[in-house]
Amino acid sequence: MIHPEDFELLRRIVKSRSGLTLSPDKAYLLENRLMAVARKWGMNDIEGLAATVRGTPNEELLREITEAMTTNETLFFRDQSPFEQLEKVVLPRLLESRQGTRHIRIWSAGCSSGQEPYSVAMVLKQLGSVMDNWRVDIVATDISRTMLDKARAGLYTQFEVQRGLPIAMLMKYFSQAGDKWELDPGIRAMVHFDEFNLLNDPAPLGRFDVVFCRNVLIYLDQPTKGRVLENIRSLMPDDGVLYMGGAETVMGVTEKFQPVSEHRGMYEIVSATAGNYPRGTENYASNP
Amino acid sequence: MKSCLVVDDSRVIRMVARKILEELEFEVIEAEDGQVAIDRCNQTMPDAVLLDWHMPVMDGIEFLNALRQLPGGDKPQVVFCTTKNDLSHIQEAISAGANEYIMKPFDSEIIQSKFSQVGLI
Repeated sequence: MIHPEDFELLRRIVKSRSGLTLSPDKAYLLENRLMAVARKWGMNDIEGLAATVRGTPNEELLREITEAMTTNETLFFRDQSPFEQLEKVVLPRLLESRQGTRHIRIWSAGCSSGQEPYSVAMVLKQLGSVMDNWRVDIVATDISRTMLDKARAGLYTQFEVQRGLPIAMLMKYFSQAGDKWELDPGIRAMVHFDEFNLLNDPAPLGRFDVVFCRNVLIYLDQPTKGRVLENIRSLMPDDGVLYMGGAETVMGVTEKFQPVSEHRGMYEIVSATAGNYPRGTENYASNP
Repeated sequence: MKSCLVVDDSRVIRMVARKILEELEFEVIEAEDGQVAIDRCNQTMPDAVLLDWHMPVMDGIEFLNALRQLPGGDKPQVVFCTTKNDLSHIQEAISAGANEYIMKPFDSEIIQSKFSQVGLI
């Protein structure tokens, strides 16, 4: 059993570096996940790990501790509907409104092993010649280097390619590589991966018309969620679109975004020019 | 309640699939080979078929070809579920009229994911 003071120390490190909130009932999880890190660094137990962190905190070790606590659960075309909306509602609008620049930028924030940004890339590819002479940047970021390496490699297990990915997409965009499935290099090249901590200022990433930040903020506390969403807002034009997870809400978190009706998980920016999409039911009564 | 015909010569696989599908609120009918499956379809056409490839008497592809010739046989969503885990077999099954394809081993999540893609859930 982990010592309360060791849990507190490690919890605080993870929280300050990633925003991840670990309540005391997560002690078992922390112990489980950090045992692998402890062993890798030649320590026998969590006590040893905590002692090392107290003594000479090594940046790489702190990073690995934080990374080990992240949740990387994801799948291709997760929840289906956001990708259908992207294809049928959001992209057609952008193809009209961005006619001048013919440039669209999409951010997958907390991309884990890449299934989300690659799903976006496949949606774009499926649109075919409509996208000719358009430049679309798909930027995918995560705090975990291990996940980014896996995402860049574009190699998925048989289990992973069967969760969410329609068989037609598998046939079209994947090839077999031993017991893994390798994503088409053309699709991989459409996504640019970068290490990024959502607690940091995202301004260097540039402007984004569409942001996917799904099932990422659920691990953060309310004030941190609010801060991250405000940062995201600051990168978006007034007609930008945000996607969050199906079970997430902006209620009580931020007043910068409001849900779009009949499009679960889709949010638009609250501003003078809002009303690009039909208003959702979760919205604030004070808004006209 | 939608119905699913589970066609597999392994009793264990049929049992596992039945358990998963019943949790997804399907009425489950079983068949141990393609011929028995065709007989079942002639009685009542199911909404879905979870179909093994290699079976005695009549295999999955032969069953699928026969099914699609039956009156109303174009209706069921057919999801292959087989250990034939390579692209050429997948292509063969899809060209023969399968709607989805599951590579064994499978679990509840995969069945749910595939069934929802073809609109069964």
